[in-house]
Amino acid sequence: MNDLSAFAGPSIDWFSISPVLTLLAGALLLLLVGSLTNEWPKHWYSLTAAATSIVAITLSVVLWRDVSNDGARLLIGGSLTLDHFALLGSIAVCVAVLLVSLITSDYLSRDGSNSPEIYALYLTAAIGAVVMISSNDLVVLFLGLETLSLSLYLLAASNRQESASQEAGLKYFILGGFASAFFLYGVALTYGVTGTTRLVDLNTALTSYISVPRNDVILLIGIGMILVGFAFKVSLAPFQMWTPDVYQGAPTPVTAFMASVGKVAALVALMRVFVVAFPSRSDDWGVVVLVLSAATLVVGSVVAIVQTNIKRMLAYSSISHAGFILVGLEAASHRDSANAGDGLVAVGVYVALYAALVVGTFGVVTVVARNSSSEANSLDAFKGLAKNQPILGLVMTVFLLAQAGMPLTSGFVAKFGVIQSAVAVGSYQLAVIAMVCAVIAAFVYLRIMVSMWLSDGATTEKVSVPMLSRIAIGLAVAFTLLIGFLPSLILDLTSNLAELATK
Amino acid sequence: MIAASSEVLSFPILSALVVLPLLGSIIVAMLGKSRPEWVKLGALVSSVTTGALSLWLLAAFKSGEAGFQFVSQHLWISQWGISWHLGVDGISLFLVVLTGILFPLVIVGIDPHHNETSYFAWMLLLQAGVMGSFLALDLFLFFVMFEIVLVPMYFLIGGWGYDQRVYAATKFFLYTMAGSAFMLVGIIATVALAQRDLGVITFDVVKIAEGASFSTNAARWLFVSFAIAFAVKVPLFPFHTWLPDAHTQAPTGGSVILAGVLLKMGTYGFLRFGVYLFPQAAMWARPVLLTLAVIGVIYGAIAATMQSDLKRLVAYSSVAHLGFIVLGTFALSSQAVTGAVIQMVNHGVSTGALFLLVGMIYERRHTREIAELRGIQHVAPIFAGVFTVVMLSSIGLPGLNGFVGEFLILIGSFESARWWTIVATVGVVLSSLYLLWAYQRVFHGEPDEANSSFKELNAKEGLLMAVFVAIILFTGIYPKPMLERIEPSVNSFIEHVEGRTK
Repeated sequence: MNDLSAFAGPSIDWFSISPVLTLLAGALLLLLVGSLTNEWPKHWYSLTAAATSIVAITLSVVLWRDVSNDGARLLIGGSLTLDHFALLGSIAVCVAVLLVSLITSDYLSRDGSNSPEIYALYLTAAIGAVVMISSNDLVVLFLGLETLSLSLYLLAASNRQESASQEAGLKYFILGGFASAFFLYGVALTYGVTGTTRLVDLNTALTSYISVPRNDVILLIGIGMILVGFAFKVSLAPFQMWTPDVYQGAPTPVTAFMASVGKVAALVALMRVFVVAFPSRSDDWGVVVLVLSAATLVVGSVVAIVQTNIKRMLAYSSISHAGFILVGLEAASHRDSANAGDGLVAVGVYVALYAALVVGTFGVVTVVARNSSSEANSLDAFKGLAKNQPILGLVMTVFLLAQAGMPLTSGFVAKFGVIQSAVAVGSYQLAVIAMVCAVIAAFVYLRIMVSMWLSDGATTEKVSVPMLSRIAIGLAVAFTLLIGFLPSLILDLTSNLAELATK
Repeated sequence: MIAASSEVLSFPILSALVVLPLLGSIIVAMLGKSRPEWVKLGALVSSVTTGALSLWLLAAFKSGEAGFQFVSQHLWISQWGISWHLGVDGISLFLVVLTGILFPLVIVGIDPHHNETSYFAWMLLLQAGVMGSFLALDLFLFFVMFEIVLVPMYFLIGGWGYDQRVYAATKFFLYTMAGSAFMLVGIIATVALAQRDLGVITFDVVKIAEGASFSTNAARWLFVSFAIAFAVKVPLFPFHTWLPDAHTQAPTGGSVILAGVLLKMGTYGFLRFGVYLFPQAAMWARPVLLTLAVIGVIYGAIAATMQSDLKRLVAYSSVAHLGFIVLGTFALSSQAVTGAVIQMVNHGVSTGALFLLVGMIYERRHTREIAELRGIQHVAPIFAGVFTVVMLSSIGLPGLNGFVGEFLILIGSFESARWWTIVATVGVVLSSLYLLWAYQRVFHGEPDEANSSFKELNAKEGLLMAVFVAIILFTGIYPKPMLERIEPSVNSFIEHVEGRTK
């Protein structure tokens, strides 16, 4: 029976996983060729990474059309999914890689420390992210999670001159390791109860007539631990402690990368796991998500107020954004409502818009703060920015207003979507909490705006904005405004986001 | 005839009223670097054209008709049933015209002193937002406009205000945003609930108001969520604390706009959205709102009496006046609501003019302390004369515009909200007390050394004030044209409310 020759591997539709393969090829190219040759001319490493992500984006778009025509499906024996939700997440990740690579190049060449490995790590992290986003299996998901996390630990510590960066890397590594352990143990317990790790099969097992008892403690502990693992990764309160320290210590482009790619991947995967695998237990986890969401919103927006370091402020703001996104998950937990699918769509739209927004914001911080020392990143560095450089100030203002959720920016479209999904299923209390926290968070953005526009800076020296950063920030701000004025562009595309691949 | 009217309709005048200032703002911002000398001209052309368009709207508006005119509707976000839906009726017409006229006057009349480019760009953006708020017939569009107005106003107060400007600007932004946070949830819930009755998802305020019926309980919650936003914006006691700070710290131009049109977004919102969408809930909440309005009238008047800063005094008088408007709104009788609509415009004119005059005093003397001003009447009689007219209009002297509105509000409210009206009448007395007392201290007596060099109105200032005085006199003496245009819409509005609350 154990004859290996009888073993037939699953058939692999290679084209459907081409975005991951492209990223892999790019990473290998950078590592192998980059380490064997002399230093490439300025910007070439970054342009290679950028080109790789553009190819990956193009392939994802082609796949998107495939899915539109032929419907969503599972790949490789049901371990990966191919649907709009996964592709939107992948595209968001690849766009973030593209923009961050451009910003990083300028940042590193300012120190004269341009090297291929950081871009290779971006690409491997993106591979992990894409695998996580499209996985239909808890083990495959863990694989992606670890690929992403290990790359991020290294990236956080990648500035070898700066002890804060080392500290950030170590802190992230230890806490991230804890989180992975929680997640893995949760997977093991769930497997013990159901005998499967496939998300779709998990649902079948939990709802079939020989099903697990409604209140099986082992299962609930398993689900809880999976949730805790995710909560660490997306920094939900009370598991958010590491975020400000790591965001502050890491080199600023890496912070942009963590805040975009890391968040998108973990949130999309979180959504998929809970919506696909555990909808039968949504009464149990829905309440937990509600509490986590409210706590995250409050902590993120209130604690941000007292920060003086801009990266810490934005770290807390990213925490409160995660709370906002969780409002969508909470909406999706009301599965008896006809509008439960709205939550999923809202989350998909939110993460896609947020990725570009947060990269843009940190991109401006990278340009203005010059290095990652804490003085350079204090709020004072932004004093008088808009007076010296009105355009850069205006761009940053657009990003901040978008983060605050002002209309005519993509941030408003994102917030509107999740609030709408919450209201549609009757979660009024959470919607109100989220909106009130958005006002509290707005105070933080106003503080930055006050520094830029209404205070006089120590110097009138202009910050130079290098070409590639200019392109990246320009793309992000154009996208933020375009979606703000014409939300239909993204809403059209995402109208059938809720049709997840199940077979 | 038909051809002619469709020709008028073919020019999207309402969209132009919103888009023109927006374009102006962008052009001004771009001119700033290359041709700074053209900035003021650009701002002027844009705002004057908008003003002229609004006057044309006034002329083309058919009086005697109740419904929305010049409606322009284009699908904007089809997935959410949101459209670019503008329309004007008797309730919004004069607010639109006021917005059209006030901005060019402020742009011509008040010098920002520094950073002209951004000042004018923000001003024009503000105008676009305010216009949009008064014209929007789509809940989403209204929210967008209502919220976007905060940004330029924030920068105007923060960038060109006085000592405590950053504090005042931040307070203004956060208070108003907190209010509208509830409204956003309310709007989305309104649409979600209306979808069950209407079968389609739409943010169209007319469709929802006419077609949807909310359960009593839901309507109350929804009304409260709207009411919080508007109560902060008006501002109604006890949500008013941002107003004195914002007014006092704002530059003169900002104060004029703030008092003139921005606060009206709250009172207008109560009428157009709060009461119109949820008449029953409005009836239920009426006692509370009437009480708060009357407290505002009395409290604002008493607080104004206590002020030593002339600008703060005018700011508190705004609280009192807006209390009157809310009283008229929630008296919910035809006369009272007509009075409230007229009074919204009147308050914009007279308080706007008062802020302008206080600004001129500050320009000349660099102080607004009442105690430091004395005997100005002797050195600047014309200035004092204009101040008197404006002040009397604010008090509500018969023959001037303030009287028309106040009188209608009091008569109309006496029937339906008797005791509240009686208390509010005390406010009329108090308003003459604080204004006349302030006038006496500032203008009477012998001027001391610092005040004896107080300059008379110059030609530009004189022309500027002449416009205000003309409006004050015209409305006071001959309010009929205004009434003719307002009343039909108000009557059908009251019918709608009565039909729903029987």
